[in-house]
Amino acid sequence: MLEIANLEVVYNDVVLVLRGLSLEVREGQIVALLGANGAGKTTTLRAVSGLLDVHEGDITKGTISYNGVEIHDNDASKTVRSGIAQVMEGRRVFAEMTVDDNLRTGATTNKNATSVKDNYDNVMEMFPVLATRRKDTAGYLSGGEQQMLAIGRALMANPTLLILDEPSLGLAPLLVAQIRDVIVDINKQGTSVLLIEQNANMALSIADYGYIMETGKVVMDGDADKLLGDEDVQEFYLGLHTEGGRRKSFRDVKHYKRRKRWLS
Amino acid sequence: MIAQAVSQSGVDKFVNALGSGVALGAIYALLALGFVIIFKATQVVNFAHGAIAALGAYLVSYFAVTINIPGRWMTFAPDWLQWSLSALVAVLLTAVVGMIVERITIRPMIGEPLFAIAMITLGLDLIIRTTTNDLLDNTNAGLGDPFGLEVLTFGALRLDAAQIATIGVTIVVVLLLMWFFRTRTGVAVRATAFDQEAAMAQGISVGKVFAIAWGIGAALAALGGIFSSVGSRGAAGVSPFTALIAFRAFPAIIIGGLDSIAGAVAGGMIVGVLEVMAGTYLGGISWLGTGFSGIVPWLVMMAVLLVKPYGLFGTEEIRRV
Repeated sequence: MLEIANLEVVYNDVVLVLRGLSLEVREGQIVALLGANGAGKTTTLRAVSGLLDVHEGDITKGTISYNGVEIHDNDASKTVRSGIAQVMEGRRVFAEMTVDDNLRTGATTNKNATSVKDNYDNVMEMFPVLATRRKDTAGYLSGGEQQMLAIGRALMANPTLLILDEPSLGLAPLLVAQIRDVIVDINKQGTSVLLIEQNANMALSIADYGYIMETGKVVMDGDADKLLGDEDVQEFYLGLHTEGGRRKSFRDVKHYKRRKRWLS
Repeated sequence: MIAQAVSQSGVDKFVNALGSGVALGAIYALLALGFVIIFKATQVVNFAHGAIAALGAYLVSYFAVTINIPGRWMTFAPDWLQWSLSALVAVLLTAVVGMIVERITIRPMIGEPLFAIAMITLGLDLIIRTTTNDLLDNTNAGLGDPFGLEVLTFGALRLDAAQIATIGVTIVVVLLLMWFFRTRTGVAVRATAFDQEAAMAQGISVGKVFAIAWGIGAALAALGGIFSSVGSRGAAGVSPFTALIAFRAFPAIIIGGLDSIAGAVAGGMIVGVLEVMAGTYLGGISWLGTGFSGIVPWLVMMAVLLVKPYGLFGTEEIRRV
């Protein structure tokens, strides 16, 4: 479905952020893309969605294809029309506009009035809280409600692939669980999901497959279950690994050894 | 009896000043609306707005008087219709000029510092103004409007036909804009105004939005320029000074709020009424000088900014606390 092959992205002709990234999202899958701050996760999203230009970024090598068609030269509008919608980091709802108008912006590329109405009803069913606040200004919604609005807005485009950038960021655990359930529901309705997250526990608990990024490339990938059980993932993303009841300190870890293991 | 007559004449004076103020305010509102739409959608402070207004007025003169298009093909139609169609052609052509200007000079500057873009519009102002003045041969040109100097009386209120037409067109424009911002394209323009990148992520073509905003903005500037050059107020027609009307409308834009459509209308009305009222009631006070009525809107603008920095209707940034 979505294939990224050997992708390199440079900002301002100087800063090389993605260094040969390759990943794949198959139809019907939830794929998690994990990594620390600065690993290049959001840049990956920008490259797929055609938003690199806004940040003075360029793809210098590699390809991105969607359903067999190369899309790395597409602008954002064409990418959305091809079936890829996104929920941006930090929600980015149009704070001064109403909930309804925010949802209408998501339907910009959908010219079929019946389909727009169906999508709208679907979003209202999925997020009943939005139905009660349709005429409210989006900026006055709570963080969780804004996240629901951002997801609903993306669904208005009727996507076949939904990319979510850190949807759990800044939300209370209860809301994170709610958002996780929503993502599962969306996937069950037939939309593939690329979930970009730092919250590895949440992402891997619902994903079919996972990739772990470091400094612009994938250093580890595999089935989500396998990654959840991996000692390094547990240690550095889930904080679960202990030695004799004592949590291992980063100081005790030979970084180069870990790197070697990531890369093997 | 005498006191009653004096009081009656005072009421008449006030009512007529108010009516003229509203008509002048309608011109300012048209100019302010165009300016606000461009700023709202693109964040560009368009210093070429006055020059575009003058270009619109010149084009009416060219089409209605010089070459008589489309009037020469429809001699059967009444004068007012022929002139209105010439004005419509001029407004549409000005809108196209606005879109071309945006495509060539503004769109390549997306993401660049706003100061640089403002400087570009300053250069555009000079280019468009000089070109229009050359076309005018640096003199005046009548617009051939059908309004004449006919005055219509509504009780104590006396308005000339051009003033009534200005108010009527402004009302229609405001209604059309209210409708437009509820359409799919209008919602896209508003979304782009708030967050360009997020709008792009929804599939909105920001370039298209910019073109639409500049087209509408230029068309409204043209309407402002046209109505400032017709009737008794604009008896001299379009002139090299027509472009300066935009600077007189600037307090209206600021008082209303740079990004508010309702504010542009309210600001226009406030400034128009204040200017005429000041001219009517303070014109005889010699120590204030002859140009005091032109200063009043600026004084009010400063007072409003001290109390409400975003203007009366400007959008205050919503931040999570």
